[in-house]
Amino acid sequence: MGDRVITYGDAINEGHRIALRNNPECFVIGQGVNNPWFVGRTTTGLMDEFGPGRIMDSPVSEAAMTGACIGAAMAGMKPIVFHPRMDFMYLALDQIVNHCASWNYMFNGRVHVPVVIRGIVNRGGEQGAQHSQSPFGVYANIPGLKVVAPATARDAKGLLIAAVNDPDPVIYIDDRWLYGVEDDVPVGSYETPIGKANVLREGSDVTIVAASFMVQEAMKAAKTLDAEGISCEVIDLRTIKPVDMETVNRSVAKTGKAVVSIAEWGFASVAASVVKGIYDGCFGALKAPVRMVTLPDCPAPASHSLEAAYYIYAKDIEKAVKTLD
Amino acid sequence: MRKIEVPVLPVLNNVLGLSNDTILAMLERMLLIRSTEEHIAQGVLDHRIDTPCHLYIGQEADAVGVCWALRDTDYVFSTHRSHGHFLAKGGSIDRLFAEIYCRETGCSGGRGGSMHLCDPEIGLLGSSSIVAGCLGIGLGPAFRSKLMGEDNVSVIFHGDCVPEEGVWHESLNFAAVNRLPVIYVCENNLYAASAALADRRVDDNIFEVAAAHGLHTEIVDGNDVFAVHKAAAEAVQRARNGEGPQYIETRTYRWLGHVGPFDNIKEGLRDINELNYWKERCPIKNLEKKVLREGVMTENELESLHRQIRERVDAAEAKAIAAPRPAPETLLQNLYSREV
Repeated sequence: MGDRVITYGDAINEGHRIALRNNPECFVIGQGVNNPWFVGRTTTGLMDEFGPGRIMDSPVSEAAMTGACIGAAMAGMKPIVFHPRMDFMYLALDQIVNHCASWNYMFNGRVHVPVVIRGIVNRGGEQGAQHSQSPFGVYANIPGLKVVAPATARDAKGLLIAAVNDPDPVIYIDDRWLYGVEDDVPVGSYETPIGKANVLREGSDVTIVAASFMVQEAMKAAKTLDAEGISCEVIDLRTIKPVDMETVNRSVAKTGKAVVSIAEWGFASVAASVVKGIYDGCFGALKAPVRMVTLPDCPAPASHSLEAAYYIYAKDIEKAVKTLD
Repeated sequence: MRKIEVPVLPVLNNVLGLSNDTILAMLERMLLIRSTEEHIAQGVLDHRIDTPCHLYIGQEADAVGVCWALRDTDYVFSTHRSHGHFLAKGGSIDRLFAEIYCRETGCSGGRGGSMHLCDPEIGLLGSSSIVAGCLGIGLGPAFRSKLMGEDNVSVIFHGDCVPEEGVWHESLNFAAVNRLPVIYVCENNLYAASAALADRRVDDNIFEVAAAHGLHTEIVDGNDVFAVHKAAAEAVQRARNGEGPQYIETRTYRWLGHVGPFDNIKEGLRDINELNYWKERCPIKNLEKKVLREGVMTENELESLHRQIRERVDAAEAKAIAAPRPAPETLLQNLYSREV
């Protein structure tokens, strides 16, 4: 089973195919399942291989569609329900929070909910406030959910397969800005373990903790900073709930400095919780306050001039790293 | 607002020709639900029970009439007013009382309380206190049936306020367009908490709006267990045959207030004449009259049945009271079914 280089978007597609081949209980539903403007190539061709009985387009009914998949999971199915833009996934929040997340606990472990709810982040391009959100923290705040956010093609496939195989509800968040990213991806079936972060690059001066799109930016920043004599360790969280603070703190204990960067609003966020976890876990080892690089506290704007001020990239991480000295 | 008159028969009519044994079993289950709710009301009055209890007295014919048309493998989703559905589908009365008393032996281990009963072994996958909450998730098992080629149906019980929620429309359309074997049972008891139907809708037309979504729809006398059972049995058969989702509106009345043991008459929330009208139409009394008149059982046998049921409920309640509450150190258990 060799590796070969494919894109993040195609890796998601492969993850679907393997989950569907291995699990007769698995099916896929979402708006625009065959529409490249909705989902890129991530579900292209699934209908041809698995048929319209298992690959379905949906009425524009986020709550009913998501609820139906949650309920199907309660009855032993392993559905993947996707939202081409996460902004619209809020319409299903009652089903996700009040029902999906609480069910296993509320019924004392008697009814499991092995559903995968996939939210696609799709921003930039002057799309404005309602087509640009990446609300990681909204879902990470809810007890009972597991939340994953792959940053590499390898993990995009491995986390999707792991999510389908997991007996609990998994919110799987992928980012269209990553769909063209390429790396080595194994051909067959494999799982990226849920709940385990990954040290993507080793370094000795500063730890950069990131998730999803900002992992790729952190890798660029680390390269630039390395040329300037600052050695950065980059940690890809991969799972943002439950978050792997052990891996993060092992690194920060070594470097003594940390920047946490996630493309989300910073207040009451995943990034803030990771910072808190660093203070709890290795306060004594810190040589400087931990910095956060997150989105400004306003809705996403439309105009390119404002977008340039709103979105965060490698240079913002570099700037934050340099304030630590 | 139009007032829809649901055909009410002066004498209950065993239209499906149910056997005497079946009729007695249905009566027994309705009495079990009534007695359970009376015991719980007393428990609340005596401050033994804290969990908010939404009692089902007056609506027993709906749960029993519907569930008698189901198999153990059919699925049911219930609401905050879930005790009747739990017992009608075949849930254990011991585990029900233990849950009402929030004990570790309860059907939900004391983590759910009165509004969150479940028993997956009899297809009750849960009850939600978010009034339209199960309108989404209740579609799921029907989806399973369709995709896996099984013929189990999914029943979604809900109150008459639920058609005011957006997800009701989403759910009906989704079920219709996918031809899912879902049976929606709207128990129209004329009130959403204290708000009357006429204050919440421009017309008495829930069943008509359901029909407009493409569902096979019926409205029945919800206090006539035979009428409810006939509508349910036919709907279940159609759904199993692949004819898509079904909608049944039962017209009924709850004798007590939205929550708790009082009838809310002196607070002015409902009218005493209205309550008395519906008490005259008690689903249990009318069924008892019929079985006595037709000699299915004697007065003595009926009295003895009442006593047996009371004793059974007494015993279940005593057992619950004696059971331990869940240990505090179990607080975080079962958050996930596989820990990370």
